[in-house]
Amino acid sequence: MELFDLTLHELSEKLRRRELSSVEATGAMLARIEATDKNVNAFITVTPEQALRDADAADRRIATGEGEPLTGIPIALKDIFLTQGVRTTCASRILENFIPPYSATAWEKLKERGMVLLGKLNQDEFAMGSSSESSAFGVTRNPWDLECIPGGSSGGSAAAIAARQATATLGTDTGGSIRQPASHCGCVGLKPTYGRVSRYGVIAYASSLDQVGPVTRDVRDCALMLGAVAGHDPKDSTSVDLPVPDYAAALEGGVKGLKIGLPKEYFIEGLDPDVRRCMDEAVATYLSLGAEIVELSLPHTDYAVACYYLIATAEASSNLARYDGVRFGHRNRDAKGLMEMYCKSREEGFGAEVKRRIMLGTYALSSGYYDAYYLKAQKVRTLIRRDFLKAFEKVDLILAPVAPTPAFRIGEKVNDPLQMYLSDIFTIPVNLAGTCGISVPAGFSSGGLPIGLQLVGRPFGEESILRAAYAFEQATEWHKRKAQI
Amino acid sequence: MNYQPVIGLEVHVQLLTNTKIFCGCPTTFGSEPNSQSCPVCLGLPGALPVLNKKVVEYAIRAGLATGCAISPRSLFARKNYFYPDLPKGYQISQLELPICIGGHLDIEVDDQVKRIGITRIHMEEDAGKLVHADISGLGEGSGVDLNRACTPLLEIVSEPDLRSADEAVAYLKKLHQIVVYLGITDGNMEEGSFRCDANVSVMLKGAAAFGTRAEIKNVNSFKFVKQAIEYEIERQIDLIEEGGKVVQETRLFNPDSGVTRSMRSKEEAHDYRYFPDPDLVPLVISNDWVEDIRLTLPELPEARRARYTVELGLSLQDAEVLTSNRELADYFEGCLGHGSQPKGAANWIMGEVTRGLNDRGLEITACPVTPKLLADLLALIEKGTISVKIAKTVFDEIWQSGKGAAEIVEEKGLVQVSDSGAIEKIVDEIIAANQGQVEEFRGGKEKVLGFFVGQIMKASKGKANPALVNEILLKKLKGEG
Repeated sequence: MELFDLTLHELSEKLRRRELSSVEATGAMLARIEATDKNVNAFITVTPEQALRDADAADRRIATGEGEPLTGIPIALKDIFLTQGVRTTCASRILENFIPPYSATAWEKLKERGMVLLGKLNQDEFAMGSSSESSAFGVTRNPWDLECIPGGSSGGSAAAIAARQATATLGTDTGGSIRQPASHCGCVGLKPTYGRVSRYGVIAYASSLDQVGPVTRDVRDCALMLGAVAGHDPKDSTSVDLPVPDYAAALEGGVKGLKIGLPKEYFIEGLDPDVRRCMDEAVATYLSLGAEIVELSLPHTDYAVACYYLIATAEASSNLARYDGVRFGHRNRDAKGLMEMYCKSREEGFGAEVKRRIMLGTYALSSGYYDAYYLKAQKVRTLIRRDFLKAFEKVDLILAPVAPTPAFRIGEKVNDPLQMYLSDIFTIPVNLAGTCGISVPAGFSSGGLPIGLQLVGRPFGEESILRAAYAFEQATEWHKRKAQI
Repeated sequence: MNYQPVIGLEVHVQLLTNTKIFCGCPTTFGSEPNSQSCPVCLGLPGALPVLNKKVVEYAIRAGLATGCAISPRSLFARKNYFYPDLPKGYQISQLELPICIGGHLDIEVDDQVKRIGITRIHMEEDAGKLVHADISGLGEGSGVDLNRACTPLLEIVSEPDLRSADEAVAYLKKLHQIVVYLGITDGNMEEGSFRCDANVSVMLKGAAAFGTRAEIKNVNSFKFVKQAIEYEIERQIDLIEEGGKVVQETRLFNPDSGVTRSMRSKEEAHDYRYFPDPDLVPLVISNDWVEDIRLTLPELPEARRARYTVELGLSLQDAEVLTSNRELADYFEGCLGHGSQPKGAANWIMGEVTRGLNDRGLEITACPVTPKLLADLLALIEKGTISVKIAKTVFDEIWQSGKGAAEIVEEKGLVQVSDSGAIEKIVDEIIAANQGQVEEFRGGKEKVLGFFVGQIMKASKGKANPALVNEILLKKLKGEG
């Protein structure tokens, strides 16, 4: 077993027992990135000097006995988190040279605990995509099969875990952007309830849907990371002031007597047979662990993708207006007048998918269309949320696939946005409902690609989905397989 | 005139909070460009707004003072448009569910009281400022100063109830007086703390429907509002008379030429694509909070004016002058608090005090003669210790030295002479020295009385009690003493 193969909690043990230093662990990760990232392209920016400096500081902190379980652990962040002094691009040309003057609250919290930043991870541009192909910094490849996409938008966050380039990572999930890549790369990925983690300093895509969450090697790591970033932030009015439970302590307890719902709308014709097989096996595992399985209906599921692509793009069209070349980011220097400067700067700075979504969203909010599109979508969103809340009157959590297929091949869907959008069909409703979901490894396709299982919980029911995920992980071996790279 | 003008006003009031509406930056006017900025008001990626509670309190104050209902739940919305002074590419404002709805203001025009409806009051952030100049190090060009970005504004929208430029000005003055009284704005029109857009249309008298309106942007003095509206009414009438049609458009008023010109037509109007701001949760306001704020509202000019006339017996004119601004009225009431009689205090404040302030260009709050000092002076007059004439000299002395009236009177020996023996002596001397005038008086020319009084006062250095002087002098001249 190599140093870079250690999970977060294993590494934490070794650091605390002083069997290993953070500098050694960080060095091993940097070497691993060096060795593998030419192929994977999970990183947009690597910060070796700063990482080793921070690792050294962490070692000294551990030596004085002031270390915490996360002190000295080398991690990486999706390039959507602002990191003071470290370039933050959001995988867009328009922010190619943007060095933020402040840091995201989530990163501030991890830094306070002494975590070490290895670098910034690739993603779809402005988190718009399901394959990480829309990055201005090249596609990220799936470590299980370099010809396949890692999923998206947090593709780098998942690929870096699968390639063992970082011990843990943070991503963001607006319509499945943590869970879907976690599923495609065989990692654990959790989207917390909206309001659980501060969005301050996280570049906004769709403000009412965006949520920060961890991508990790196993469920325990996931619980530790979530506990570190969750909590109320006075700088984010939408963050909720609820106490943060000890998620790691909540893992034990099993699923005996737990009621798990299977939404019939998620087990449809056309579901990939490998995915279906993994779901069936997962259901059998839960039954054997003593859980009760109940079939249920989430009747408005069909409208979720359309609803999402109106609300998310509407918010995005407004959120991305600030990239105008006036104060920061790319500016066309040849433009003659103001309008030309706006047009050229944005034309050159944004990629095709971002432009597509800005146009969609602008249209949805336009006078004369607002009621038919944006307002209607908000009403549908309420219905979808009600579907979930009603379901949770009957069951404790919901089991579903994360994605209809395993990772597809690079380039397969780039020219078919609608097909691409449908790859988030099982994750989007959770964001619209504002509740929490987790993806855990649940098997492999015949082609050897990982397949994840999704557990959806009640709002602020992170403990319950973590516990069920942990029980599943303990009963299976899927998380132990490693991508050969 | 066969035409009826119809006017509605949108007034922007900059609030006097220490910090901006959605971040902790200071709101001081005139600082070094961009020195009062942070990720939030610069619109940096990832930054999020957090509502300043003081702004909500001020909005509620304005709403209560104008008879509005306070919405228990109100929403912030994004108004989307591109301009370099707007850092986020949208302004956070309110559209649906503004904080205050359905109030009114009573104005007086030609001695008639008229009630003007207030449609709504909402909160929003201001934009920054463009500076077109030679910018150090960059040469000729345009710079963006975002110090003002994100400073809190209230927009107060009237119903189209105004029927003339004079009514519009009366409404604005009244509104200005109220918001300044409330202490929620400095009301400084030159610095843009109180500015107005006017919607103007004309229709034939008796017509059922309003005419097409033009919006005149950003007029920032009472005088310009009158000019702009009058010009616009005339322009629209002329247009219609010539067989033309008024088009819906936004117009700018040029104070130098006194005319309005088209800025953009309806077709060119922005589609602001308003939608609820997902970064801000719905604002929920409890009734208890509203009632707490209601208790802290100052007495407004109208109520104060009524009290001054009814309870204190002042004339309407005096009451109006004293309540024209809150500080002046507070000063007046300060004097009453120190025992002054209303009428006397009112006369002195409108007379000597105002004159003193005007001569030196001072505000009442900077008056060195405090209400206590003035009240002590007035007390000496009432007790007959000094004459009104002497009091004026003492007043100037108080202004200069800050000393108390009693101390000055004591020091300079200005106590009024009310000893009839002493006055009699002076009267005798003056009569003896002016026999010619005595004869004239006795010959029926009573006007010479003034001459005698003047001589006597002069001889007593102004200290003789004028009432006693009169009494004794008359007796002596008539030969009764």
